[in-house]
Amino acid sequence: MFVLVVGGGKVGYYLTKELVQSGHEVVLMEKDRNRASQIADEVGSIVVPHDGCEGKYLGEAGANRADIVAAVTGDDEDNLVICQMAKHHFDVPRTIARVNNPKNEELFRHLGVDELISPTRMVLGSIEQDIPVHELLHLGAIDSELQIIEAHLQAGSPAIGRSPSELAIPDGCSLFAVVRDGVATALRPDSVLAAGDKVIAIGGAECEAGLRDQLIGAAAEE
Amino acid sequence: MKIIIVGCGRVGAVLAEGLDAAGHEVIVVDLSTRAFDRLSGEFKGQAVRGDGTDEDTLRRAGAVGADVFLALTEGDNRNVMAAQVAVENLEIEKVVAKINDPVRAAAYAELGITTVCRTTMLSDSILAFLKHEPSGIPSVIAAVAPHHEHAASASAEGKA
Repeated sequence: MFVLVVGGGKVGYYLTKELVQSGHEVVLMEKDRNRASQIADEVGSIVVPHDGCEGKYLGEAGANRADIVAAVTGDDEDNLVICQMAKHHFDVPRTIARVNNPKNEELFRHLGVDELISPTRMVLGSIEQDIPVHELLHLGAIDSELQIIEAHLQAGSPAIGRSPSELAIPDGCSLFAVVRDGVATALRPDSVLAAGDKVIAIGGAECEAGLRDQLIGAAAEE
Repeated sequence: MKIIIVGCGRVGAVLAEGLDAAGHEVIVVDLSTRAFDRLSGEFKGQAVRGDGTDEDTLRRAGAVGADVFLALTEGDNRNVMAAQVAVENLEIEKVVAKINDPVRAAAYAELGITTVCRTTMLSDSILAFLKHEPSGIPSVIAAVAPHHEHAASASAEGKA
């Protein structure tokens, strides 16, 4: 697989090293010449010391035959433009963008970026995992549409003492596992839920209200 | 007309004053308040400090319902992103972005943004002055079709 990485910061640098090690063809674009030559000293002559936002250099770096373009610079607007140029001008099948401002996620998706990586969202996710919250927790995304969601059943949850078959789970959403005392088990239609359970579900954003209703209940709402 | 200008540099300031003098409602957005020093005392429009690529900032500045949106900052990508927020999220009809990279300018016209490319504009003027052939690349490229209207225009073209 040929991967074109744009942005030679920490993320781009380690990404390039890992990809080379696992045997992929990689080209890294970094516009800062000093940084580019510093990385080239280590990983070899696969570093293009030019701006990946510029169409000409993107083409010269081989964007037209890239299987994946990963835009991992520190600037959202640059990452958006890199992905759009790759997708619409060079017909790259898969584009991945790093997004720093969570508010930009929807726009990026809407504008055709295939996959988003949001460090802000990830850190936020881990912080939320550490503090007791009544809300649903996003554990990760499967693709741009689906989320893996965890619901921590507190006392007062309408789901306690009931089984998944008795709950009105929204369409397009599936409860697939329960974590009890640190042990994960597949959730069967007749499994009985208890306080303290963590129910793991997969579903789109539109299922959330229904899930919250069924698993968290009104007690937790503020 | 209501006109939003993102970026109060030389081009932005000249256009803001000109359009304001012509009687339009003009709102200028820039990250730095010092940029507004370029505007003369006669400018009657609004100057709003903020990030012109941020939808919330643009809404607060009053961009909703604008007729024209001009993205004229120093950064190509900032202009592209501001323009796309204007087309996609604020649904402004006439959106123009200043882009210096000719390849990017052509690509974004296909994504529904009218682009003005200073690089080709300047080089063509100089070539003409030297009585040489122009580059052949247009410096103003009209938007092909707004992004969210792609499906509609595709079906309309079906009969052609």
